[in-house]
Amino acid sequence: MMEYRVEIALWAISGIIPFFMLNIWTNNNLNESINISDVMLSRYFLCAFFVRQFSVVWVVFSFEEDSLMGKVSPYLIQPLNPFFRYFAQHLAEQITRFPFALIIAFFFFIFNPESLWIPNLGILLLSIVSTFLSFLMQFLIQSIVACLCFWTEKASSIERLLFIPTLFLSGLLAPVVSFPAYVKSWIYLTPFPYLIDFPANLLSGNETNISGGLSMQILWIFLLFPLFKKIWSEGTKKYTAMGS
Amino acid sequence: MNLRKYLKVYKKFLHTSLASELEYKTNILVDLITAILSLVGSIFLLSIFFQNKGYIGGWKFEQALIIQAIYTILNGITNTWFNPNLTEIVKHIREGTLDFVLLKPIDSQFFISLKKINPSGFLEIILGFFLLLFCIKINQINLSLSFLSLSFITISCSICILYSLWFFISTTTIWFVKTWNAIEVLRSFLYIGRFPLNSFSFSLRVFFSIFIPIAFITTIPSEVFLGLSQLWKILLEVIVASVFLITSRKFWLFALKFYSSASS
Repeated sequence: MMEYRVEIALWAISGIIPFFMLNIWTNNNLNESINISDVMLSRYFLCAFFVRQFSVVWVVFSFEEDSLMGKVSPYLIQPLNPFFRYFAQHLAEQITRFPFALIIAFFFFIFNPESLWIPNLGILLLSIVSTFLSFLMQFLIQSIVACLCFWTEKASSIERLLFIPTLFLSGLLAPVVSFPAYVKSWIYLTPFPYLIDFPANLLSGNETNISGGLSMQILWIFLLFPLFKKIWSEGTKKYTAMGS
Repeated sequence: MNLRKYLKVYKKFLHTSLASELEYKTNILVDLITAILSLVGSIFLLSIFFQNKGYIGGWKFEQALIIQAIYTILNGITNTWFNPNLTEIVKHIREGTLDFVLLKPIDSQFFISLKKINPSGFLEIILGFFLLLFCIKINQINLSLSFLSLSFITISCSICILYSLWFFISTTTIWFVKTWNAIEVLRSFLYIGRFPLNSFSFSLRVFFSIFIPIAFITTIPSEVFLGLSQLWKILLEVIVASVFLITSRKFWLFALKFYSSASS
């Protein structure tokens, strides 16, 4: 992974959309209406950036490529579920991305010195846990989509479809508190706010229901995991190598 | 240059790539839903911004919708032509098949920029046009010949700028081999084209007008639609577009000198 430093730096930069959003929010004083101060909002978006950096998943694209290239066949013979391979890749890349994310955060604080804060250790640990849970949720969701490769060749277009609600509802572009009431009434039942909004609120010290959020994350993982196992076993039964 | 030959070749390109893309019919359906959801999502986001504010950066909600419509059209064009072709360049260079392109008795930039087409992007273009028509209605814009020609000129310039940006990044593949992530960076920057330029702070506005001219891509055409645009801005856009086009062409020819095929 360290061989691709420029790649990973660029990848980190491509995640800066939350900062553009922050710019719109504060530049137009939009946050007055949702009772979040400028400082808290900027911390929120910085945390959203961090959570996104460490929970982004692209297993669908790797798996699709491997399956189209016929690389899945040798993986299937191995006694380890091939998704562990992708899982390890993701973790390794997250670790390499950490210094770049820190550099971006450093620049962020140079431009916004008033928003500098140090979360206490307990909160920090909890938010690392919840970011990891968010990563697990996204990894499971994408793995389920990736398994659709066994039925259709282009699972990545389904992933792009799923990415849209993730983008708009997860809190990456606007905190969920700012959503209109008719969305807020049902959104907490979906997995989306727990992907970015909840860990980011937790880390930035904004108001959030800690135990409720964590348990929802765990609940979703417990729901998704059996689904993944089911679709995996169905899919591998259905699997025929390319060209057979 | 032999225009008729190029038109004929392009017709063949269209035919072959449409035929191959239409093999994936469900894929096109999924892409249609994605395009609709993505538009709904961005309007939703816009409505959050406007829920307690009448104006953002001096734009009303109805006016900001025009930007959204133009962005959708341009994004559709990107997905139809730029994205499938220019990601192909990366493959050509990595696998050394660019040799075959260079040997063909046709302009290499023409070939690699227009070879493929992704029909699902059409849906996005159509969606964008519908939204644009709706905006023309709710903003009570009078359609006159001068207005139509001005908006046509500005949108064509936006397309040229957009193309040059994509082509520029793809060309750097000749040195860096992998440019997926650079394309991701461009995509995330282009994302701000969904919002009026005035809603950003001064420093970002400068950055997005000088370094990456996203300001020109959506905001100026939208201003033309609203009749707010000054002549110098339109002229500036024409100049910027031509500079970008010429530079991207020069850059491609320059980069080819460094191309040494794969594994050599």
